[in-house]
Amino acid sequence: MKIKNTLTAVAAILSVLGIADLSIAAGIDDPRRADYFKTFEGKTVAFVPVTMGIDLTDGWASVLQAQADDLGMKFVIRDPHFSADAGAQAITALISEKPDVLIVHNPDIQSYAKLLKRAEEAGIHVIQVNMRSNYNSDAYVGADWIGIGEAETQAVIDRCGAGTSQKIAILQGQPTSGSDSGMMKGAENILSKHPEIKVVANQGADWDATKARTIIATVIQQNPDLCGVVGFWDVMDLGAAAAIKESGKKIALVTSGGGEQMACDNVEKGVFDEEIAYPVLDQGHALAVMVQTVLQSGEPAGKNKFVIYTPSVRITKETLHPGLCWSAASIKKN
Amino acid sequence: MNQEKIVLLIAIVLFCAFSLFLNGFTSAGNLLTLVRGVSTLGILGVGMAILIIGRGIDLAIVAIYAMSAGWTLHLANGGIPIALAMLIGYLFALSAGVINGVLIAYVEVPALFATLGMASFVYGFARYALVPLYVVYMPEAASGIAWIGNGFMFGVPVPILFFAFVSLLGFAFLHFTKPGRFVYAMGDNFAAARMSGAPVRPMIVLQYAISATIAYLAGMITATAVASMNTNIANSSMIYDVILVVVLGGIGLSGGRGGVRNVVVGTLLIGILLNGMTIMDIQYTLQDVIRSLVLLIAIVIDSLVNPRDEQTAQQGDI
Repeated sequence: MKIKNTLTAVAAILSVLGIADLSIAAGIDDPRRADYFKTFEGKTVAFVPVTMGIDLTDGWASVLQAQADDLGMKFVIRDPHFSADAGAQAITALISEKPDVLIVHNPDIQSYAKLLKRAEEAGIHVIQVNMRSNYNSDAYVGADWIGIGEAETQAVIDRCGAGTSQKIAILQGQPTSGSDSGMMKGAENILSKHPEIKVVANQGADWDATKARTIIATVIQQNPDLCGVVGFWDVMDLGAAAAIKESGKKIALVTSGGGEQMACDNVEKGVFDEEIAYPVLDQGHALAVMVQTVLQSGEPAGKNKFVIYTPSVRITKETLHPGLCWSAASIKKN
Repeated sequence: MNQEKIVLLIAIVLFCAFSLFLNGFTSAGNLLTLVRGVSTLGILGVGMAILIIGRGIDLAIVAIYAMSAGWTLHLANGGIPIALAMLIGYLFALSAGVINGVLIAYVEVPALFATLGMASFVYGFARYALVPLYVVYMPEAASGIAWIGNGFMFGVPVPILFFAFVSLLGFAFLHFTKPGRFVYAMGDNFAAARMSGAPVRPMIVLQYAISATIAYLAGMITATAVASMNTNIANSSMIYDVILVVVLGGIGLSGGRGGVRNVVVGTLLIGILLNGMTIMDIQYTLQDVIRSLVLLIAIVIDSLVNPRDEQTAQQGDI
């Protein structure tokens, strides 16, 4: 009897413990978790930018590096320093080194197209970022250039309605780049709906502020009643802004760029009337997600054709708030 | 009829044609814009001319121009007073020039290789150690020097005045000073200049120090004009443009001939072309084609009018 009581007591205690044990261990293991980490462990992600040291590429690389550290991947950068030749060599070398994912920032739509195809044939997932080539690889992650061109042109036209001269100038960068041709298409889309707008100049300034300054100064001399300028890159458009300031005239300047602190500062100072920004860190995160997607898909390279257009942000005096822009200098310090 | 006159003639013909057919081309405002647009190029051209006349060349001039001005802005961004930042930036430019000169004069490395190496070194070292960002913006605190690139004096943009000033100084140096005459002597016949007692080695160092100084001035003009410095300009084709305005104006790469006037003529031709094509709204790629065609025509006319033969050829002619 005594033994039975003891046993019952023990059993009761055990069962209580058991229940308690169950309630402590209520966390449920995720069966996909181990697989998830195993998918990435030891993988290599290679990045061939147009150059490092600009806000865009530094921003993307910092996000990708953090992801690689987190997931136990190797992240390598081959910096061709604005040389399409060096970039082509870097990609050729990478094709034989066989990283798992290759992220490419194309200098123009032509240079790397064949190489990217070869890389995919060699089994490397190719993601193109922000500047695309003629070849559609696994994925494109980046700005919707046509949309940005449309938004920029519309923003200038909104400021150059009836009552103004309705004369505008377009300041391109390099017409052969993927971003430039897209923005130009966007500008054409909007202009075709506004026959009253006169494009008095459409020039490329080679992404150079000094050339931009000279071109816009000449255009203003020629058209003193110029109403607005559609600029294709904020860094270059600082030159256009200097020419406008010197003319002493009120000419609307709308630009686009990576939404770096410089853009917010200059919108605040009235140097730019508006910037259509493609926030670089958001693009970096979209890239990081795409890296995970292609690695998890299990599909062979070149099978999928993903596109992610990263959302754009309008920076105007009205939308300005602390934290809207990001700082390239702070990334550099990390 | 030498090349300078041919280029001047082409410039005048273009100028007249543009004046007739382009509305507003001859307005005072447009002419100032025209010269202003090429004044930095002209200033660098004067520095390059002093070297080429002495049978040297400075392929590092654009790298020094971009990186020293870029570092100045970067230092100012870090809170260093702008005057001190400018002094440090200038010393950086000057030391690059002096090292160039020492390598060429004392170590006897050919100028082409020494300055080519220096161009990469200045860019690479500055990007690695001094200027981490590719575009450096001018800080608010530096607005006191904005007049260098943006100001007006007597109704003329300050960069044009600097171009005129540097041209005059360069002219005076080459024609009225002893070192200036040595430059011609060295360019004409280096060995003879040396044997007749010209201090050729210190002279070479001096020349490269001058070109670095001019590069720094041009850099600060550009940086203040657009409130930023794009250090990638060091990798651009700008160095060819600088050599071009010098050679186009009629200064032979074999040295000993020409002067500042040639640089001014070459610079004005480029300025007239760029300005006219911008007014005509000619597309970027086509502009390059037209520009190179005009240059080729100038060179072809020159070799037709002044054929090279044993009498005109010089030792070391390129």
